[in-house]
Amino acid sequence: MSTERKGDVTGRSITDVDLSSEKFKNRLFYGLLLAASSFGVVMLVFLFADIFYEAAIGQREFGIELGRFLGNTGSQTPANAGFYSAIIASVWLMALTVVFILFLGISTALYLVEYAPDNRTTRLIEANLANLAGVPSVVYGILILALVVNGAGLGSVILAGAFALSALVVPIVIVASIESIRAVPDGMRDGSAATGATKWQTIRRVVLPQSLPGIMTGTILALARAVGETAPLLMVGALFTDTSVPGGPFDSFSSMPVQIYNWTFLPQREFLALAAMGIIVLLVVLLLMQAVAVYIRRKYERDVSLTGV
Amino acid sequence: MSTETQGPDLSGDELQGDRATDRNIKRLLFGCASITVLTTIALFLVLFDNAAGYFYGARIWEVLIGQESFRQTVSFSEFFTGTRWAPVRAPPAHGVLPIVWGTIVITVGAAFISLPIGTATALYLSEYAKPQNRNRLKPILEVLAGIPTIVYGFFAISFVTPIFVSAVGALFGISVGRYSMMGGWIVVGTMTIPMVSSISEDAMKAVPDDLRNGAYALGATKYEVSLRIVLPAALSGILASYILAISRAIGETMAVSLAAGYQPQLTANPFEEIMTMTAYMVSLARGTSAVGSVEYQSLFAVGLVLFVMTLTANLFNDYLKRRFQEVYR
Repeated sequence: MSTERKGDVTGRSITDVDLSSEKFKNRLFYGLLLAASSFGVVMLVFLFADIFYEAAIGQREFGIELGRFLGNTGSQTPANAGFYSAIIASVWLMALTVVFILFLGISTALYLVEYAPDNRTTRLIEANLANLAGVPSVVYGILILALVVNGAGLGSVILAGAFALSALVVPIVIVASIESIRAVPDGMRDGSAATGATKWQTIRRVVLPQSLPGIMTGTILALARAVGETAPLLMVGALFTDTSVPGGPFDSFSSMPVQIYNWTFLPQREFLALAAMGIIVLLVVLLLMQAVAVYIRRKYERDVSLTGV
Repeated sequence: MSTETQGPDLSGDELQGDRATDRNIKRLLFGCASITVLTTIALFLVLFDNAAGYFYGARIWEVLIGQESFRQTVSFSEFFTGTRWAPVRAPPAHGVLPIVWGTIVITVGAAFISLPIGTATALYLSEYAKPQNRNRLKPILEVLAGIPTIVYGFFAISFVTPIFVSAVGALFGISVGRYSMMGGWIVVGTMTIPMVSSISEDAMKAVPDDLRNGAYALGATKYEVSLRIVLPAALSGILASYILAISRAIGETMAVSLAAGYQPQLTANPFEEIMTMTAYMVSLARGTSAVGSVEYQSLFAVGLVLFVMTLTANLFNDYLKRRFQEVYR
């Protein structure tokens, strides 16, 4: 891939082959690749320019203030509409989701790496993980709608939304946990066993602390995916505009992306500006989560490499 | 993990206790692991059960406990060949074709954007880019992949359709509404580029340098090496990335519903509004559909069709991935 092309000097000196068409073809191809590669960059620039432009219009022409926007609850009048209840609902959703996916993710990964015998059941569980990761998010939404919202009679509450999001992102945590548990050197397990520790003691005191940074990174990335998800929450029955702030797992809810969807869907220009501001808040949250994930990875990468020797 | 563990006591009883704890832990962990399998089983059961309610007017469990009996309400021939989809309207029509068509046409249109551009980006990254350009481009693609789909929906409604698609439509003398098929192509195509480029690049990087050098030694140019050596050698990985992008486009919901709209119709005009299966599901969320009503059940019938489509794509992807791994190990 990095191999340097030797000049055409030898070719030219022996026979007078005209290579100009070859050179033209090569240059054209390179130009095409460059143009294609810049497509994504151009789209990203347009995307951000568009968001900030709409948000700026909202501030200038419709008098939407950031303070009011962050402090008010949902409202039918654009000037009073705020993001506060959606933010709190998202915080609740994330708080519940993180508990479910950490517990389920770590347990499943521990079973698959430390305990699972190499048999058909194990292979079924592993193959199923790849399948689950490919199921569209709306489908998880209607699953929870049928099972929890209507089946268990819970109604459209935050807990049901958290179930849908957990089902959606738990494969990410499982895969990340499996990788970081496998990365713990066997020597450490053997050393622990040699001091008389049982398997569970070894896992709890040696394997888990070692693999925790990797698990945390995977969990944060999974949460970042979950916090931006809209479709499963719509299916579960999230409110489009929540005028009250949710106070617990059994309250009805909106969420940041659902509120953004509703504002984008409404035809008035003011709401588009509100959506743009909501998107900025959502993207800032995502950016912070990514930063934390990168920080954890950087901080512990060194430690693991030291002890891993 | 709040399970009690014993201190260092060497009596036999304690050892027995430890062993029992270990066994219980193993059972607990197995229980957690099997939840993932149970989720899949639940998906199948729930989808089939409610879809049965749609086609036969009774859920499977209702028939099993003898509460109801099957009576055909929607025939399969109407469902799969009917050309009008309006299960909620006054004279109901149950032809799923228009919304399946919507999903297919969006997926194919998006593939025409994401597959060539993604492959070209991967070729550039793996064969041509200098390290510093690579290090600049890769994070940008990651950002593109990490942006929530609702943001792409916003982008479609506030920029792509009113500015870009309208301009193209004006060339043909067509006025474009709030939603358009082409807007769907562009946003879904853009958001799936990173999937194609990152997985294809991995596959291209796995091609041994010896193959490239051999071709160079025969006098091949870089263009020839890229197209005739690297692409064919990485083909199965590249195909896997295509399948993944297509599967993602099929299941894509928010961006598509905000870009392409909510009007189920069999049209090939890229400036018209259409409805995908996922957009139909979202449109039901905007109304309140009572449990057991036709629209509620139709949600699951459509969900089942969607699930089967993406499952097929994923299984095919699994198969390709296994082949891909075999080649280079």
